[in-house]
Amino acid sequence: MFANLMAWFDARLPVTDAWNKHLAQYPAPKNFNFWYFFGSLAMLVLVNQIVTGIWLTMNYEPSGDGAFASVEYIMRDVDYGWLLRYMHSTGASAFFIVVYLHMYRGLMYGSYQKPRELLWIFGMLIYLVLMAEAFMGYLLPWGNMSFWGAQVIISLFGAIPVIGDDLTTWIRGDYVISGATLNRFFALHVIALPLVLVILVFLHILALHEVGSNNPEGTNIKKKKGSVPEEEKSKFTFHKAYTDKYDIVDAIPFHPYYSVKDIMGVVGFLILFCWVMFFAPEGGGYFLEAPNFTPANGLKTPEHIVPVWYFGPFYTILRVIPDKLLGMLGMFAAIGMLFALPWFDRGTVKSFKFRSKWHLFNLVQFTICFIVLGVLGTMPASELANLIGRIATLGYFGFFIALWFYSKNEQTKPVPERVSK
Amino acid sequence: MKKIIIALLTLVPTLVLAAGGGAPLDHANNDITDKESLRNGAATYMNNCLGCHQLQYQRYNRTFTDLEIDEKEGIETLMFTGEKVGDHITNTMPEKEAAAFFGAAPPDLTLVTRFRSSDWLYTYLRSFYADSARPFGVNNAVFKDVGMPHVFQQLQGVQELTADAKAMLQSDKVRPLTSADLVLTQPGDLTPAEYDVVVRDLVNFLEYTGEPSKVERHRLGYWVLGFLVILFIFSYLLKKEYWRDVH
Repeated sequence: MFANLMAWFDARLPVTDAWNKHLAQYPAPKNFNFWYFFGSLAMLVLVNQIVTGIWLTMNYEPSGDGAFASVEYIMRDVDYGWLLRYMHSTGASAFFIVVYLHMYRGLMYGSYQKPRELLWIFGMLIYLVLMAEAFMGYLLPWGNMSFWGAQVIISLFGAIPVIGDDLTTWIRGDYVISGATLNRFFALHVIALPLVLVILVFLHILALHEVGSNNPEGTNIKKKKGSVPEEEKSKFTFHKAYTDKYDIVDAIPFHPYYSVKDIMGVVGFLILFCWVMFFAPEGGGYFLEAPNFTPANGLKTPEHIVPVWYFGPFYTILRVIPDKLLGMLGMFAAIGMLFALPWFDRGTVKSFKFRSKWHLFNLVQFTICFIVLGVLGTMPASELANLIGRIATLGYFGFFIALWFYSKNEQTKPVPERVSK
Repeated sequence: MKKIIIALLTLVPTLVLAAGGGAPLDHANNDITDKESLRNGAATYMNNCLGCHQLQYQRYNRTFTDLEIDEKEGIETLMFTGEKVGDHITNTMPEKEAAAFFGAAPPDLTLVTRFRSSDWLYTYLRSFYADSARPFGVNNAVFKDVGMPHVFQQLQGVQELTADAKAMLQSDKVRPLTSADLVLTQPGDLTPAEYDVVVRDLVNFLEYTGEPSKVERHRLGYWVLGFLVILFIFSYLLKKEYWRDVH
């Protein structure tokens, strides 16, 4: 009965074939470590945001007069509305934690290098859209920090010569942040950007499966057809889209091996996620900021206007550059550098494990600088903070410049032909 | 890898420092599961605060249910303005005139503990001191030049700045005041310990109105985490079983 049904579908849509190609017979390197959980976790959080978001919109009121009260209505009068709201707000921060760790994995193991440049670009586009999505979503509760955060960021565009002022008015739809701004941000937040995100995620995965997954050692599991003796090939069955072109070694089918492993990762993640959501949904004032518990007020500026923590690094870069326009360019350049990473790195060895001491040092200093920039972004500005911020900004950009210089003729260790464990 | 982890760990103190700041506050040590305390706080609020400060996001009947107050009794003892029991807890003070009276309209207090924190509110309500330069004759140690009169002066009595604090304010080394800079010069109807209890109950009630589902959130949280921990054990065993073929 079931077989007949599947046959009916398969004759009309490649259901079984797609399942095999992308899951049951997709060759994944067998040596994925802890860092490889974050891709599937990002998918989980995306689904969480979409599902809880749909339910939140059922009771949210996108207007300057009603938004703040409707959020409190959700928190009090809607059955389990508080749970939906906290799942969504904790999910927003969790999304960035997971995505930052996912990107860092790519950075450490050189997963952006040829032939995975486009995969990396799609990932960066996801990150960029995610930042826009989070920025617009943050305005919706219409708290005072929502208002002033948006005010500060949108006014940046005013620094652009000639068109600046008109541009900011066009973005806001008003001369100040108002209900008009809230309405358009709502539309973009719930329809336009999620749609783009889902399409980009689809392309990201499609591109991944075209070039295949990297692994912590950066070895290639796809060998030239006919070059591997039969007894050394992976004993599992893989889809002919892969085996027709290559001899596959050291790989296992994604399903069931990584699907069961990812289930374990998901449950582990949910323990941390639920612990925060049920016992500290404010995330120490970083996930839900205290000033946002008062309604938006254009006459009352919060004591310190700071963006949400996940924008911290870029906000600091903006703030420590003395000129407003240059600061904005610096901020966008910082993201631009990440886009161009595959071309800054001229090396061919992927994993830091087999690269030079210079590379390890560069990676460590970049990590420290990025975290320092992030921490400074959540703190009020001061002379000392600006000095540290400038040094960290140099370290951030220096990472890419230095990489370009030393990667061409880098002293690397030999990469093993096969996965070692 | 180890080096990276060590490098990351050295940053932890920076993160902890980043979270600090502000003048030291007294600890409210309130307990939102203590219904008796919440009921006392609600009574204090309705009798002393509601005239100026609304709780516009909180409903009477929800409050009665959560605080285990009989609805009929609640209507008689806690509702003074003829609203319906399903209504929000509001007053009829016009915002414009209120702003003229106090310099700023008295804010809605539904979410005050989420905005300021329970400890802040507890400290604030115990930190009024006599200051003849202010319109109502009082100032506040943690909210400088606040527009609000000391509503509980009858209960608490009159506090004044200590001589040391006065000297400090005159010196060139001014630091934020704390409740430790105040001394009770004119006792009120209650002893300081009794007054602290009244304030603690009130703060407790306002922490409740800030998030009425908080107790339920914690209760559910333990069940969810318990379930997930058990599920984790099984998901680990499942993974181990499958991965036998790989190793």
